[in-house]
Amino acid sequence: MIRHLLSTRDLSRSSAIALLDTAEDMAALGARENKKLPALRGKTIVNLFYEDSTRTRISFEVAQKRLSADVINFSAKGSSVSKGESFKDTILTLRELGVDGVVIRHPSSGAPQLLAERDWIDVPVVNAGDGTHEHPTQALLDAFTLRKNLSGDDSRGRGLDDAHIVIVGDIFHSRVARSNVWLLQHLGARVTVVAPVTLIPSGAEQWPITISHDLDDVLRSDPDAVMMLRVQKERMREAFFPNAHEYAQGWGLTEERFEKLSSRTLIMHPGPMNRGLEICSAAADSSQSVILEQVANGVFVRMAVLYSILTGVSEVTHE
Amino acid sequence: MSEQLLFRQATMPNGEQADVLVRDGLIVEMGNVTSKDARVVDAAGLQMLPGLVDLHTHLREPGFEQSETVLTGSQAAAVGGFTTVFPMANTSPVADNASVVELELARGREAGYVQVQPIGAVTAGLAGAELADLKGMADSRARVRVFSDDGKCVHDPLVMRRALEYVSAFDGVIAQHAQEPRLTEGAQMNEGEMASRLGLAGWPAIAEETIIARDVLIAESVGAALHVCHLSTAGSVEVIRWAKARGIRVTAEVTPHHLLLTEDLAESYDARFKVNPPLRSTEDVVAVRQGLGDGTIDIVATDHAPHPVEAKECEWGAAAFGMVGLESALSIVLLTMVETGQLSWSDVERVMSRTPSQIGRLEWSGLAVGAPARLTLVDPAVRSVFSTDQLAGRSHNSPYLGRELPGRVHYTAFDGYLTVDEGTLVPAETVAAHAVAGKGGVAHG
Repeated sequence: MIRHLLSTRDLSRSSAIALLDTAEDMAALGARENKKLPALRGKTIVNLFYEDSTRTRISFEVAQKRLSADVINFSAKGSSVSKGESFKDTILTLRELGVDGVVIRHPSSGAPQLLAERDWIDVPVVNAGDGTHEHPTQALLDAFTLRKNLSGDDSRGRGLDDAHIVIVGDIFHSRVARSNVWLLQHLGARVTVVAPVTLIPSGAEQWPITISHDLDDVLRSDPDAVMMLRVQKERMREAFFPNAHEYAQGWGLTEERFEKLSSRTLIMHPGPMNRGLEICSAAADSSQSVILEQVANGVFVRMAVLYSILTGVSEVTHE
Repeated sequence: MSEQLLFRQATMPNGEQADVLVRDGLIVEMGNVTSKDARVVDAAGLQMLPGLVDLHTHLREPGFEQSETVLTGSQAAAVGGFTTVFPMANTSPVADNASVVELELARGREAGYVQVQPIGAVTAGLAGAELADLKGMADSRARVRVFSDDGKCVHDPLVMRRALEYVSAFDGVIAQHAQEPRLTEGAQMNEGEMASRLGLAGWPAIAEETIIARDVLIAESVGAALHVCHLSTAGSVEVIRWAKARGIRVTAEVTPHHLLLTEDLAESYDARFKVNPPLRSTEDVVAVRQGLGDGTIDIVATDHAPHPVEAKECEWGAAAFGMVGLESALSIVLLTMVETGQLSWSDVERVMSRTPSQIGRLEWSGLAVGAPARLTLVDPAVRSVFSTDQLAGRSHNSPYLGRELPGRVHYTAFDGYLTVDEGTLVPAETVAAHAVAGKGGVAHG
């Protein structure tokens, strides 16, 4: 059983599948009238958010409450250093307060790893997104959503073998893309990333992916899913691309592209969406869009992660 | 009246053995020497070198005394076998005028461990816009000849050109920290697959190479002397090689850490490995070793950069750049260059003592009768795990802690008196007393 969830890169295929299977259990329980499980009763989890987040924090909080954990939300916006207290001092404080687990989002890549590896605190750590490094629970919920849609009720125990997943957009700055690349590889999927050359990270040709700069060409290959990443408009000031219009024309899922797409291709987005920039409303709101499903599945996956890590078991016992 | 010292059977840089007698601050006899009055130091098996000279040190005083002071930095230097250090100008206030460099000079003389030869800023406040009091510093008691905005690049080509021209009138040299600022905005580590995977903003090699290429061309056109600080990439070595072949007056340095350490150390997110310029790839390490071996790179300089614990025990992105290096420099050169056969001991003498003195416009007499007794004795055979016990400065941000390193400095002598004795730092009061007594013996110039 894994002790922390810091990245998908160092997650084994079997651990990933076990987490997805546990998430299936959580989804089944979620269908009941009483959604609450007593699994983490008496455990205190702190959500340590050094960066703004609504979706991820709320998703974790719902997951924690469904597992009956006591939840503390700690919002330390901005750099810990610039605000005075050091990261280490904050962690030492949490240790003395006696928390049982930490969910951390931090703008500095590697902060969750430091937390897990230093002797500052000795509790399980879940990475809820660190800098441009990783966002493992997002990748797990994406994989869960894909598996559910591609394998249906027969999902348990399966990976995503031979599925073709296309990730489009700002790979350069995206921790979601990184976590997805590693996890999809572990699960046996084929990954193509599509972006302007400027938004492909240096050295990415060494990653287990196919790189393309031609979205139309890639979409013609009839992929199983297209995952559109959020593009921040500020990037054009750093000369990554000329302007929003050109980006949308070249790399957005426009209505023209959407109309040509097979109806079996799933449309995904980690949110929040820039409608009209990386994705058109027709695609986002279509019947093949699973964007809202991703949100719902996020709770099940996070329940599975917290449950597995904090109780040390992967089978859900029905009490 | 200072103690006479007789180092018996020391190994000279050329490999021969000799006794060396030191009196009144000078080397007075070499060869087969007997002396009734001298304290005899058994130097059999020890390698003698002229005192090492570091052209790139951060002493942090004035302004950042929680990291280092002139005294503690001098002590770190002595322990590493150094007898001269050139402190960089990024203090607070900045060393951009005569009074700050004279303060540093005075503090160095009080401490008495090494010659502290200040470097002046190129631009006022290191701001990159207006020239600092270059002639004022050159004419001061500190006789500044090396000017650098180190920590920042003199990126404006007009300012760089004018600075090179201006200091050439008094035989000055501009030591450039080659870092194109726009190409390194927010940069955290060497650009490449590792940085992309770790989510740390990349620091491209071209940010260094384009500045060096530009500066050698400017130096050529105005006929001035350029020194390139802490060169770190294979491409930079190529540019320097090209420039030297063309006859351009350029010299270059490499740090010990760029001779040994590589970017993959960032995988731990341990900020002890965060440094400017960043640790690079294995290919770059091979290239800088070759460059140092074939003379393309002239010298080794430490870029000793002390930082307090809290500046390193934090998130990578929030941590300070830099690592301490004075105490470990000779060991790293031994490990990477001597043990690999790329440098002989006389080459070490050249790259760590003679040439840095020359670039710094200081007189250098080496190990010779009549020369100031500035020397160090190292045991190259001993290997030990590097620990904080070997750090004599105020800060402990060494990347080598826990690593087995060869070599140990047993003795360092500065102007005739010991600053390190039997591997132990001589106490500050003893050294300061010697420094006062020795005035007039060997002048600092």
